[in-house]
Amino acid sequence: MFHSALRAGLFAGAVFSASFAMAAELAMVSGDTGNGLAFLQSQLKKFEADTGNTVKVVPMPSSTTDQFGQYRLWLAAGNADIDVYQTDVIWAPQLADQFLDLTDAAKDVVKDHFPSIIESQTTNGKLVAIPAFTDAPALYYRKDLLEKYGKPVPKTWEEMAATAKEIQDKERAAGAKDLWGLVFQGNAYEGLTCNALEWVKSFGGGQIVEANGDISINNEKAAKALEMVKGWVGTISPPGVLAYQEEEARGVWQTGNAVFMRNWPYAYALGNGADSAVKDKFGVAPLPAATAGDKPAATLGGWNVAVSKYSKHPEEAIKLALYLGSKEVQKQRAIDQTNLPTIVSLYDDADVAKAAPIIPQWKEVFMNAVPRPSAPTKVKYNEVSSLFWSAVHDTLSGNGTAAENLEMLEAKLTDLKGAGW
Amino acid sequence: MASTQSTIRVAPTGPGTHKRVKSELMRQRLRAAGWFLVPMLIALAIVAGWPLLRTIYFSFTNASLTNLYGAEWVGFKNYLNWTVLKSGRVVWSGLLADPAWWNAVWNTVRFAVISVTLETILGTVVALVLNAEFKGRGIVRAAILIPWAIPTIVSARMWSWMLNDQFGIINDMMMTLGLIDHKIAWTASSDTAMIAVLIVDVWKTTPFMALLILAGLQMIPRDIYEAAAIDGVHPVKTFWKVTLPLVRPALMVAVIFRLLDAMRIFDLIYVLTPNSAQTKTISVLARENLIDFDKFAYGSAESTMLFLIIALMTILYIWLGKVRFDGGDR
Repeated sequence: MFHSALRAGLFAGAVFSASFAMAAELAMVSGDTGNGLAFLQSQLKKFEADTGNTVKVVPMPSSTTDQFGQYRLWLAAGNADIDVYQTDVIWAPQLADQFLDLTDAAKDVVKDHFPSIIESQTTNGKLVAIPAFTDAPALYYRKDLLEKYGKPVPKTWEEMAATAKEIQDKERAAGAKDLWGLVFQGNAYEGLTCNALEWVKSFGGGQIVEANGDISINNEKAAKALEMVKGWVGTISPPGVLAYQEEEARGVWQTGNAVFMRNWPYAYALGNGADSAVKDKFGVAPLPAATAGDKPAATLGGWNVAVSKYSKHPEEAIKLALYLGSKEVQKQRAIDQTNLPTIVSLYDDADVAKAAPIIPQWKEVFMNAVPRPSAPTKVKYNEVSSLFWSAVHDTLSGNGTAAENLEMLEAKLTDLKGAGW
Repeated sequence: MASTQSTIRVAPTGPGTHKRVKSELMRQRLRAAGWFLVPMLIALAIVAGWPLLRTIYFSFTNASLTNLYGAEWVGFKNYLNWTVLKSGRVVWSGLLADPAWWNAVWNTVRFAVISVTLETILGTVVALVLNAEFKGRGIVRAAILIPWAIPTIVSARMWSWMLNDQFGIINDMMMTLGLIDHKIAWTASSDTAMIAVLIVDVWKTTPFMALLILAGLQMIPRDIYEAAAIDGVHPVKTFWKVTLPLVRPALMVAVIFRLLDAMRIFDLIYVLTPNSAQTKTISVLARENLIDFDKFAYGSAESTMLFLIIALMTILYIWLGKVRFDGGDR
């Protein structure tokens, strides 16, 4: 099957275009799991048939940290074996020197994507990667419980906390002893950076490090946001939330033991699975804001496709990258995988809306997506993020006040920044 | 080492003969031994010597993974550096002034001392049991080696599932037995994460200790025990006065192997514990700087320091413990 498609592709290439006679053997890495890899391969088959190139997929572990370590070593060694990389949204500035500039190649399609996502993949005016799909979290809420107590979907953090507290107390009195108001990701890792950035940004406390490189995190609004969350731990959120990553939070939520959850879209399909205790009982909304009328904030996640500058077949590799980020593939991805497209128009696409009704709902969330400060902090982003989540985790676990920890964080970041990022 | 031993062995034949034997037979044997060693020495130089020298070199530069070959020499800046501020205050920087580094050193040493102590005690107990004659001893000896045979990363992952707070079997068993009243998030909280790592490490490496000690135990002649038994010496006294002194050389070698291994602990910590300062060891910190933080030179300095610490510990241990690797006692 594979070979016949390949042969057909080669034949077609030879017949229709002279340049196709230079068909290349490309290799790309993929950290997809399960049917993600199968989906990728089905799309690649089409690419192979259309262009006459062959693409070998090198499977990688799904942990982004593990992938990052491996890719960084390969790229540092100038490895030419891999042409195309799938990259996390925060990697672009750190690996920018090792990837080709796609600005020219993508100039016709860039305007179709969400500007904030393109911005996150642009370093010093260089488009490092083409967005393939994206991720932005939202507030999951229990429709049934909100209806039962006559509460609206909360628009502010304060409202959310009050609703969570009331429902939690009343439900516990009624016998649901394990129920908690809110679960989120409070473990000391990249996920906490995402969560905390949302709290701080929605309070008007900036983005840790601003786009121009200024360290803005040490301010009253940021401190206020963190103190607010500290008040949740042990009251509306279980004390163990400080050890939760995505899956632990989803575990509590999906067994019906939480009123609200902050999580990524992947939890939507799983929450509506046959074995889920909250099947058809929940909805999603944008994360709350500080005060009514304020803009909420959602941290931008997602994956992109970049081309190694050590590739021996850069032209064909760029074609592959553009293809994987194309509207056609993104649409199929949205329908088959419920991966969220980065192309604005797909959110109004009738086929997508029919197959994955959740996707149009998420458009609003994306409009407020805020990138982590990976662009201004460049190669130092990982360390910035690590310092930030440590300061937040210390604050939430009662190790110093928010003001103290943020002041210390500012000093450390200033030290790290030195003469410039 | 080979030559001194050989010299000792032929010494009793007298000074005259000694010289003659050494000049003919021994020289020939030494030359042959030298040739046999060459492939191994070349392999060692390539896979151990060269990377070590490169790491040491990088630790004196400002190398980063994005610019590995354009690195410039910066001297000892990665280790220790100071700047004098306008106010006259001196600010120290570099590895030796970095609290994160000393925290990792402390974590590593603490882990190494506790784990090796536990493993030595348990390993001795297991070895004594296996040294006794009983039915099915062969099978038990083979079975006890299984934890050692499983690759660490696999056993770490296996234990991380078993220690999971939501559906882990450890919490389930302890709840059923009534030992705990709420589920413990073993690997997630930094308080219990170190305990979890110790449990897994002890589980994994006790067989190794037991095996090395067992080898030592089997070298002890049986007649000494018979003599002690005839004289009516209490078994506990026999252990302290006969077994322990005679097994000591093997024990010391086993301990140093484990200690060196424990000092560079990485995989268990990496898989089992959260990214927290409370459990970070030197190797984990070095990897983080080398790869995640793009501070290749700084990470190299940490690796070099780890090498120096281990080398120093080994030398001290051999010197103070009077360890000899040929099985005898000095």
